[in-house]
Formats: sequence, C-alpha cells, structure tokens
Amino acid sequence: MKISIIVFPGTNCEHDIEHTYGTLLKQDVKCVWHRDSDIGNPDIVIVPGGFSYGDYLRPGALARISPIMDEVKSFAGKGGPVLGICNGFQILCEVGLLPGALLQNRTRRFLSRFMTIEVEQTDTPFTSNYKKGDLITCPVAHFDGNYFADEDAISRLDDAGQVVFRYRDAVLASAEGNPNGSVSKIAGVCNQQRNVVGLMPHPERVVQDIVGSGISVSALGVFQSSLQQGAA
Amino acid sequence: MRVRVLVRLKPGVLDVQGKAVEHGIAHIGFGDVSDVRVGKMIELTVPEEDEEKARKSVADLCEKLLANTVIEEYEIIRCDT
Repeated sequence: MKISIIVFPGTNCEHDIEHTYGTLLKQDVKCVWHRDSDIGNPDIVIVPGGFSYGDYLRPGALARISPIMDEVKSFAGKGGPVLGICNGFQILCEVGLLPGALLQNRTRRFLSRFMTIEVEQTDTPFTSNYKKGDLITCPVAHFDGNYFADEDAISRLDDAGQVVFRYRDAVLASAEGNPNGSVSKIAGVCNQQRNVVGLMPHPERVVQDIVGSGISVSALGVFQSSLQQGAA
Repeated sequence: MRVRVLVRLKPGVLDVQGKAVEHGIAHIGFGDVSDVRVGKMIELTVPEEDEEKARKSVADLCEKLLANTVIEEYEIIRCDT
C-alpha cells in the first residue's frame, strides 16, 4: 500500500514512520513536504509528531493553514484513513478533522516517559488488529497533551464510541496515571466517520524488540491494522 | 487601522501557565493575588479604515487562525497609535 507522511518545518517523527511502514512492513512510503500541492494518491496518510512551526501561536495552529492540509481534508472526506500522532493529533484537532483540543499538561512539565493506553475501539483503520481492552505501552513526549473538550462534547464522544484510546497506568497511583490531565483520561479519539484517528503517545517508537516493543501488546499493530483495509 | 487582539482561554479551561505565574507571584511575597490567567496579545495593522469592516476582517482572522475557538475567546480592541 502507499503511505504518505506529511512533513512540516519542525516535524521530526517522520523517519520512525518511514522505518515502520517502509522497512518493517515493506510498504511504499513517502514523505510529502507541506508545500507540495499533491499528497501522492496514497492509501493512508500519516501526520507525524514533532514541533511543526516551533509550536508558534499554538501547537498545530500554523500547520493547520498549510495548503497540504486541504489535500488531507479532502482525502479524509472521501473516507481515506488518516492517523495523527502527537503534534499530528494536535494538527488534526486544529484543522477540525478531530474534535477537541490539546492544552498544556496539567503538571506543567514536558512529559517524557512510557505510558500505557487501553484500546477501546477496534473498528478504526488503526486498531482493527487489536481486541477491546488490549493495553499498549509506548512513550509519550509532549508538553501540550492535555486533551480537552467541553462536557457535552465528551458525552457525545462517549456515546458515539469515539474515544479510541484511554490512559491506563497500572504502575502509578491514579493522579499520576494521567499526568497530562486529559479529561476522562482520553489519549486518542476518532472522528464520527471513524477513518481519522489521533493519539498523543508514539506507537512508532516501540515497533521492534530492540526498542522495547516486547513490554506490552505490540504497538506495531497500529500500523499493521491499517494495511488490512482495501485501497481507500 | 491598528488593532490589538487579546486571546484568552475560555473561563473554566485550565490555565496551567496562569497557575504557575500565580505560584510565582505568591513566592515573591504578593500572597493575596489570586485567579491569575495568562493570555496572548497580538497587534496588527489592517488595511480597512472603516472600523466595522476592520473588526469583521479581524474577527474572521481570529476564527481562522489567531484563536482556537474550542478553548479560546478573543477580544478586538482598536488602538490608534
């Protein structure tokens, strides 16, 4: 399958995605620079992590108005699978492809640690290989990971099954189990059409044994799931 | 026309920066200061000379870029300097 990875100035996680899809999963993957007008007719679009535009104004705010995002919106509008990771999640929220917003972490610290997330929905292109309740441990690295939406929006997300991942940290007490303070411990959501998914943790950083994939149900499943679809 | 846009987190949205600043304020001896919230101030010159047109244009800009209306509200202030 063909995977396009969107790259903005300041994006720094595209190579891990390239490695995952290209080297490990042997797919046709390419990085698309944000100024390109063409996302390359992919089957899957990834908006990776990093610090696009230095997080100036707000994380993801300037990436949201880049012309390439019109292409991404159009692709998503036709049902194409889109995954936003960390800054990518922030960008997808800013551009309106996902509900809510990411605030500064409640602890006022940049969080750089492993966290465990529970898979709550398995009918998205990025979770279809999992079972409900699977726990995936992978790193988070963010300052603005505190997911927020108002009460009504959260009810709607819960009712519609749009909360895809929730933080679960068995190791530490409940307050520290959600150090960024995300409302309802939400780690990742999908849109109503269920083809766009965003999450703050980095599954692409634990896709091989050598970097610790063995500590939990494999994070590689996020990417393997996406290959089970027919062409978009 | 020159305008000043104040972008603030909506009431009820956790302001982590504001809390940090509030603690700092208490630390340096101004313990009675409370409810600190930190926002952004953006100044810009717009080509419209008519105030109503200018406000409309800036509001559009706020909706599209300067503010994330999920979590922020904005106020447009004319400043003729």
